[in-house]
Amino acid sequence: MNENFWLAALQIFTPGNLFFLVFGGIAGIVVGCLPGLTATMALALLVPFTFTMPAVTGLIMLGGLYVGAMFGDAIPATLINTPGTPSAIATTFDGYPLAKKGMAQQALITNAVSSLFGGIFGTIALLTLSPPLAEMGLKFGPPEYFWMAIFGLTIIGALASESILKGLTAGALGLLLSTVGISPIAGDVRFTFGAPSLQAGVDLTVALIGLFCIPQVLEMVEEGAKKYRVIQYQSQKGLFLQVVNYLIRKPFLMIRSALIGLIVGIMPGVGGNVAALLSYNEAVRWSKNKAEFGKGTIDGVETANCSVVQGSIIPMLTLGIPGSPAAAVILGALLLHGMRPGPELFTKYGGTTYTFILSFFVAVVVMFILTVLGSRFFAKMISVPLKHLLPLIAFLSIIGSYAIRNSLLDVAMMLLLGILAYFMQKLGLQSGPLVLGLIMGPFAEQGLVQSLLMGQAAGSVLKVMFGRPISLVLIGLSALSIAWPLISAWRKRTILSEAGSQGRLFEEASDAAVETLMVEGEKV
Amino acid sequence: MGWAELANSKPDGYTIAGNNIPHIILQPLQRKNAGYQLEDLEPVALFQATPIGLAVLKTSPIRSLKDFVAYAKGNPGAITIAGSGTYTGHHLGHLQFQKLAGIKVTYIPFTGAAPQVAAFLGGHAMAILANSNDLVQHQDKIRILAMGSEKRFAALPEVPTFKELGYQMTCSIDRGVCVPKGTPEERIKILESAFLKIARNREIQRQMVEQGFVPVAMDVAASKKYIADLTVDYTELVKELEGK
Repeated sequence: MNENFWLAALQIFTPGNLFFLVFGGIAGIVVGCLPGLTATMALALLVPFTFTMPAVTGLIMLGGLYVGAMFGDAIPATLINTPGTPSAIATTFDGYPLAKKGMAQQALITNAVSSLFGGIFGTIALLTLSPPLAEMGLKFGPPEYFWMAIFGLTIIGALASESILKGLTAGALGLLLSTVGISPIAGDVRFTFGAPSLQAGVDLTVALIGLFCIPQVLEMVEEGAKKYRVIQYQSQKGLFLQVVNYLIRKPFLMIRSALIGLIVGIMPGVGGNVAALLSYNEAVRWSKNKAEFGKGTIDGVETANCSVVQGSIIPMLTLGIPGSPAAAVILGALLLHGMRPGPELFTKYGGTTYTFILSFFVAVVVMFILTVLGSRFFAKMISVPLKHLLPLIAFLSIIGSYAIRNSLLDVAMMLLLGILAYFMQKLGLQSGPLVLGLIMGPFAEQGLVQSLLMGQAAGSVLKVMFGRPISLVLIGLSALSIAWPLISAWRKRTILSEAGSQGRLFEEASDAAVETLMVEGEKV
Repeated sequence: MGWAELANSKPDGYTIAGNNIPHIILQPLQRKNAGYQLEDLEPVALFQATPIGLAVLKTSPIRSLKDFVAYAKGNPGAITIAGSGTYTGHHLGHLQFQKLAGIKVTYIPFTGAAPQVAAFLGGHAMAILANSNDLVQHQDKIRILAMGSEKRFAALPEVPTFKELGYQMTCSIDRGVCVPKGTPEERIKILESAFLKIARNREIQRQMVEQGFVPVAMDVAASKKYIADLTVDYTELVKELEGK
């Protein structure tokens, strides 16, 4: 580490840069907190403002915002079952049940800790391994994207706690929904019923608000004050240490999630939503107490959404190919300042670039402190009486879904999907698998069609689809993902039937004992 | 999508949109219900041209456009070209070249410039029809076989144009600004002079060239003529190609 490195590091701490780092970070947390506002959107709004700033300050602010959003999006995910940004989808699976159990603060702290870890992990990778990692990202071609989408769909197995069939049905519905609009390859228009405004398809964030938030609201209204007596928040000291203690004992969980976030981030075009879902799946698969997932276990909250930030920046800085939509916006800011991605960034503009990268360390730590300190405050928010909370949530949903594309159609779609999801939940069809279908659909379709074209050109579709190393790894993971629930169900049945026969023995024995007693009793 | 919205918005001079040629011409040609017709959009100015070029990786055995054509003739359909979208500048370039060279290659559409470049650099496609700025950015890793501009492209002076090599085609994406039809003339004039002032600014022009774009300064009249000429060409081209 030569002195230029330390000079770059010190640059972070100039008053101007620090101010904008914190400003960006807090803005990020707020944006993350409000479902309907995504990091990408907020970044796009702020980029023009960076025009008048020195490049390094602008980049630090944008980086801070991206990081802040990854910390903040867990808040609504935990408290009202609505992901603040698509990266927090997986956080709702266990975060919300935890909140219902009165452990909201634990969930929020867990998210903060895991995001801190992921952020530091990612930044170290960004600093040291950018070029090789970026090259690795390029190796993902259409077949790999297809198999990744398939792998993502197999997560339905992990999510469908009740019935795989219902999970698959919901997933299929999601896939169907994802086809609305313009087909990604051939450009033909599907399922728009003649309305040009539907050509843009179903926006993911709108769907998220509708599918996750509205059913909860409706349910709470339905149950009234009876069942949903909000568990009163009790201030507990030492919660922070408790959570940290718990997580430190699970290093593999944290490292694995951070790694997944990094790799998915590096893949061009795929961002936090996929990363979080994949790492959730892996967390379930490798855990010893699978049954607890979905009902509120801290392990489930630990997701990969923070290392995605740095992962997506890696190919963006080295190759100019953004690893995620948010990174694409930051790329725009880079270009705005006349900085072009590539080796030039690390030599001619080295000072700025290294300051930017190192600022992630600071941003992550600052966000961590803020969210942990704020967790107590946020957790208290669910103690707000329902009659105030519900209208507020409803209001936020409508504003949020409008804000995405300035479209009333989106609001209508959000409400429609919400009501649909409410009834679906009554039938046992959950929103999680549906959202999976919605997210993975386009990847699967594009990947498949492009791979078929490649196969046609190469003369052998099979070789293209099944003959590439990374694809094979993904296919293997998918097969494992499908087989695992079946295997564990089979094992459970074996154990249960053994226990059952033992139980029967026990029953017979106790029946005999009771009989004896009764006979004795009568004698007596 | 955006153009449909522009066409339906108030022509008060405050609502403007980015103009992208050939897309605004091609979209309504391809889709019956694009939400707008070309005549609903009034061009104000064009300020940037991005010629499209054909390239392969430096590691590829193909060393020139002649090699490319020869290989394609020997192996019809075997060469994969990464492009951005269907019925876009890239797609049309591919169709035009196929016809002029008498070859058959496989065009693989991606959803944007970044994915197509990523796929090409990762070796998933053998060649690419890319925008000039992407070509300039990655020039040390690739070999550009030909450019679709009228004259040689300033940032890549050693690369021949398609025309030079005997293929009568140009292939480029031009960008500008447009307003909905019916916007009052004085407002268009104000917008026009503002954009042209920026387009003629030396510093801006220099930055554009650095990044791999061709600065252009076409006013309302010039833009209209340019688009009209292209529309004639493209309508014919699409009809021919669809008839195939």
